Amino acid sequence: MTLFLEQVLNGLQLGVTLFLLAAGLTLVFGIMGVINLAHGALYMTGAFVMSSVTMSTGSFLAGMLAALAAAAAAGALMELVVIRRLYRRDHLDQVLATFGLILFFNELASILWGRSPLYLNTPPLLQGLVEIIPGVAYPVYRLAIVAVGAAVALLLYVLITRSRLGMLIRAGATHREMVGALGVDIRLLYTLVFAFGALLAGLAGVMAGPLTSVEVGMGESILILTFVVVVIGGVGSVRGAFAGALIVGVTDTLVRAFLPGLLRLALPPASAAGVGSGLASMSVYIVMAAVLLWRPGGLFPAKGSRA
Amino acid sequence: MTPAAVFRPAWAAWRRDSAVPLLGALLLLALPPLAGLAGEPFLVSSFTRILVYGLAAVSLDLILGYGGMVSFGHAAFFGVGAYAAGMLTHHAWQGDLPALFGGPLAALPVWGLAILAAALTAAVIGAMSLRTGGVYFIMITLAFAQMLFFLATSLEGYGGADGLLLPARNAVPGIDVTADIPFYYLCLGLLVLFLLLCRRIVDSRFGLVIRGARQNRRRMTALGYPVWRYRLACFTIAGAGAGLAGALAANHATYVSPDLLHWSSSGEIMAMVILGGMGTLYGPVLGAAAFLLLSEFLPLLLEAAGFTGMKEHWRLLFGPLLVLVVLYGRGGLYGLLAGRRASRG
Repeated sequence: MTLFLEQVLNGLQLGVTLFLLAAGLTLVFGIMGVINLAHGALYMTGAFVMSSVTMSTGSFLAGMLAALAAAAAAGALMELVVIRRLYRRDHLDQVLATFGLILFFNELASILWGRSPLYLNTPPLLQGLVEIIPGVAYPVYRLAIVAVGAAVALLLYVLITRSRLGMLIRAGATHREMVGALGVDIRLLYTLVFAFGALLAGLAGVMAGPLTSVEVGMGESILILTFVVVVIGGVGSVRGAFAGALIVGVTDTLVRAFLPGLLRLALPPASAAGVGSGLASMSVYIVMAAVLLWRPGGLFPAKGSRA
Repeated sequence: MTPAAVFRPAWAAWRRDSAVPLLGALLLLALPPLAGLAGEPFLVSSFTRILVYGLAAVSLDLILGYGGMVSFGHAAFFGVGAYAAGMLTHHAWQGDLPALFGGPLAALPVWGLAILAAALTAAVIGAMSLRTGGVYFIMITLAFAQMLFFLATSLEGYGGADGLLLPARNAVPGIDVTADIPFYYLCLGLLVLFLLLCRRIVDSRFGLVIRGARQNRRRMTALGYPVWRYRLACFTIAGAGAGLAGALAANHATYVSPDLLHWSSSGEIMAMVILGGMGTLYGPVLGAAAFLLLSEFLPLLLEAAGFTGMKEHWRLLFGPLLVLVVLYGRGGLYGLLAGRRASRG
């Protein structure tokens, strides 16, 4: 039971990381109609800048601020140089151009930081374990990730439904021409939204840094999971991204933790391990296929989206 | 309208259009002796790779350029074909398979089953993905391909993440495929056959429905065509073509690995189609040649230009190059040579 609780928390922690990525991806798609494969590159930028700045200054905070700034700047630059020219193109062009961007960013990262992975310690303030219920200890850092993710989700909700910027974002998604006609600088709005999505991706990279190895290509493996999240949740819907991220995070973690054990009851141990890990990697895709058969538009289809 | 326009001979446009594929075929036919004369026999193997990837790219063009189905998971079918061929050959070599296979390493049943496996995979993935459209379709095909990639890495019995070495190439009656040059001509022949088949498909009534559905799915449905079934059939044919390419790739390298199914491999096949010219069928072969030659020679060029440290980082140039081609070069190489923009159907 305690193991189960720990794994659920691990799942939530993966879920909020995925949510930070999916929120940016789905906002950019919902508002600008652009599918951005290079979103994972921004996550990687966050993780790399975080690692190298933290290692050289010794301050986690400095690393985090530098990483967030770097990710947002990289995002804004990406929008100004390439993405801006893709708004009126079809999805195929967007996919290919951003695929080109991935090649560029990955190669740049391997020039700057090399091909061998970097490892980072958790910040001293967040080290150690905490007893969440009597008898169950859980790492503070992972709890902090869940808390930050929940806070960002809440902030996004307030920002989108309550603020003036959020109103413009929602209006820009459904009535682009009208918003422009009312005198809003659409180009600036788009650049801002894109940089904001990049910031969220960078934050995900910052938080994942101490937990995973920071290496070239880390962005793409998580990007594909993020796609699964967005498809399950409904493209363009932030609420859907939240639900999808938690479903994917928890499913992936729980199946990975418990399926090999369950299979061992029926199969010889050696093959149970192999089949188990294979099936565990496939589980979220099976969930996605099931959701699609049930609801082709995702759980929370966004209104007026150009999917 | 001036009289000159009326009497403008139709072949003026026609000739350049069909001259490019013919010229290309002649060049490819003459390549092995030329490479031998130039003292660079390794080129034959490089170009075999081009033919194999060209075959995969042509099959993608069928759904991408003519069907408007932006599949970002085409490497999955390529990989399924390669793995099916690899596994069957592995078991045939070990003597696990019954004599019904007509000799331990016969190509015909092995490749046939590889094509069948890829087609079945495409039918299942297509049946689910084609219920959706637009950006969903891109993400879903990518996700399913990634799922098969993970499946391949978990196949411990077949090398897992390290991949599987094949004992030998599959035997083709009358052709010594163990030598590079006959194998090259075999691949060339299969590519030409597949191109002719695709040409027939595209120009047929079936092809017209597929192209019509790309332009306006609702209209085709209103005209009474079961559009989903037509598109699924087209997707399956493309998967079968990619499966054949995969079986050839497995035979060429006598090695299969999960890398064949990696998402970047899907991206590369797609880049080949666009580089060459989407919706032209012949263009993707050109695109495969351009892509693979660039990836082979760009590092050497960088080294020759004095950027020795940059040699392994050729993608730093290739990425932006791809962006530029997407933004400004819509007709692709074929459009450049044949003097027209990609017809896109």
